[in-house]
Amino acid sequence: MSTTVDTKVPAVPARPAAEQAPAQSKGYWQGVGARLSRDPVAMVCAGLLTLLLAAVVFAPLLPLADPFTGSMISRLKPIGTEGHILGTDELGRDMLARLIYGGRLTLMLGLLPVIFAFLIGTFLGVLAGYVGGWLNTVIMRTVDVFFAFPSILLAIAISGALGAGIVNSLVSLTIVFIPPITRVAESVTASVRSLEYVDAARISGARALTVVRVHVLGNVMSPIFVYATSLTSVSMILAAGLSFLGLGVKPPQPEWGLMLNTLRTAIYIDPVLAALPGAMIFLTSLCLNLLSDGLRSAMNIKD
Amino acid sequence: MLAYTLQRLLYVIPVAFGVSVICFMLVHIAPGDPLTAVMPIDATAEQQAAMRAEYGFDKPLPVQFAIWFGNALQGDLGASIATGRSVSSEVSRAVGNTLILAFAASLIGFPLGIFFGFVAGIFKDTLIDRAVTAFAITGVSVPNYWLGIVLVVIFSVTLGWLPSTGAGPGGSTNWAWDFEHLRFIILPAVTLAVVPMGIVTRTVRALVGDILSQDFVGALRAKGLSQVGVLRHVVRNVTPTALSVVGLQLGYLLGGSILIETVFNWPGTGFLLSNAIFQRDLPLLQGTILVLALFFVFANLIVDLLQPLVDPRIKRG
Repeated sequence: MSTTVDTKVPAVPARPAAEQAPAQSKGYWQGVGARLSRDPVAMVCAGLLTLLLAAVVFAPLLPLADPFTGSMISRLKPIGTEGHILGTDELGRDMLARLIYGGRLTLMLGLLPVIFAFLIGTFLGVLAGYVGGWLNTVIMRTVDVFFAFPSILLAIAISGALGAGIVNSLVSLTIVFIPPITRVAESVTASVRSLEYVDAARISGARALTVVRVHVLGNVMSPIFVYATSLTSVSMILAAGLSFLGLGVKPPQPEWGLMLNTLRTAIYIDPVLAALPGAMIFLTSLCLNLLSDGLRSAMNIKD
Repeated sequence: MLAYTLQRLLYVIPVAFGVSVICFMLVHIAPGDPLTAVMPIDATAEQQAAMRAEYGFDKPLPVQFAIWFGNALQGDLGASIATGRSVSSEVSRAVGNTLILAFAASLIGFPLGIFFGFVAGIFKDTLIDRAVTAFAITGVSVPNYWLGIVLVVIFSVTLGWLPSTGAGPGGSTNWAWDFEHLRFIILPAVTLAVVPMGIVTRTVRALVGDILSQDFVGALRAKGLSQVGVLRHVVRNVTPTALSVVGLQLGYLLGGSILIETVFNWPGTGFLLSNAIFQRDLPLLQGTILVLALFFVFANLIVDLLQPLVDPRIKRG
């Protein structure tokens, strides 16, 4: 949900993880799916996101104009111009093509950091929560320090130091999302670790790795995953924000945040056109948030 | 109470130290060293070495950190590579404007968020609740740098009611609490307030709804307590969590203002940071980030120290 990571109270399951254990079976996920499909808002959002994702992935196959070719005589054509359904930008490039190709980068820069941070954060959090002791202290105190930075500030700090570029933007956003995911992963793992069946597995002679894989991960993955999905919209807004600031994607690459920035000068000429890339960020982020909310209530997770 | 206060105060020290380490490292994670970007292309190896020595970049990292940290403790954050001016004086001039903007935004965002959250929580699952929830999720989903541009289009370009950029008439950067200056802060403050307002609304709504469904509320109603009396109990239970969410949102206001200041040309730290980014002025970037992060650490400290006043359980330990 939230637009800053730091606000989020860890998404611990409403029921203790132990009670959830039997529910992790196939039946549980079928129940979640069934509840989710009865949520009209979530289904509409899922549909729109699928449509967007399909358009973005299959952009080269669509009958679109070239997003890089501009024309000095057809700059800032309004929406509805013949041949340019959504008009043209400040360099005369087709807006529809740039919005769709721009979505590729914006979505990629928004989703990949959450996926990377999900993998790294889960690893660190489970390690800290399961092993405990000094390892826990080292990992979690480091995480605490990163929490002292508001997420946007940290993203801008790391991106600003590394310089503009897609890879640098991915790196900085991944670093921003590792601490909150680690914290959630650590707290759910610590609560699962002290449960009797985990003790039983350990006493029966199972190796630590087996216990983690079979008994811990199965129980902690879903709350961590749901928490991570709630970060995707923040991540996308931050990624576009970095490009908007001149970090992240460099021109002439189409990217929603960067397009919003370069079109700012056009707000006096055609405000609706200038607001289009931002409207795309907004609608996508709204869909991501509503879908994540729907998933949470389908899984019966409370804030 | 005293133990809690002391413990909380002491906790700040390692965190502030860790924050300094991270800010120090910012300069050194960049490829090359901070001087590469500003060094003339035809500088000879000796000239480069002399310049490195002048800025102290030739020493081993731990030594550099010790020197930098010692200076920072005395309020010296080094010199801007682009302008040669002291980073501390640049930041202290700008940070006041950022704090004013954050303060104005918190005056708008927090009271409204708490109010909406309460209303939605009390009238849970009614039309009012749905409207507030929809409003709140719109608030948390909106990229505020875009919202700023939209508000400028509506209120400056189309209606001509409010100025679109700057912090005062005639490009003045010295803030004053008068009508002329207040006109300039309305749009950036509203823009900055929207996201925290949405988050506070959602949190308070969930809290109020949760508490109203608990057994003790039923008991209070059963013994004939008035609606207002019941609400007093709810407020007491909601306040501690609401306070900590508000504390975290202060950090959002400090960080989020960077983008908003860029949109509105507000002469604060965000403006300073975007200059630092464009000129690859790493000492300026480092100093600004350090000051903002420390403000956030201390804002959270103050919120934590206020907690026992609203939550007696902490006092008892």
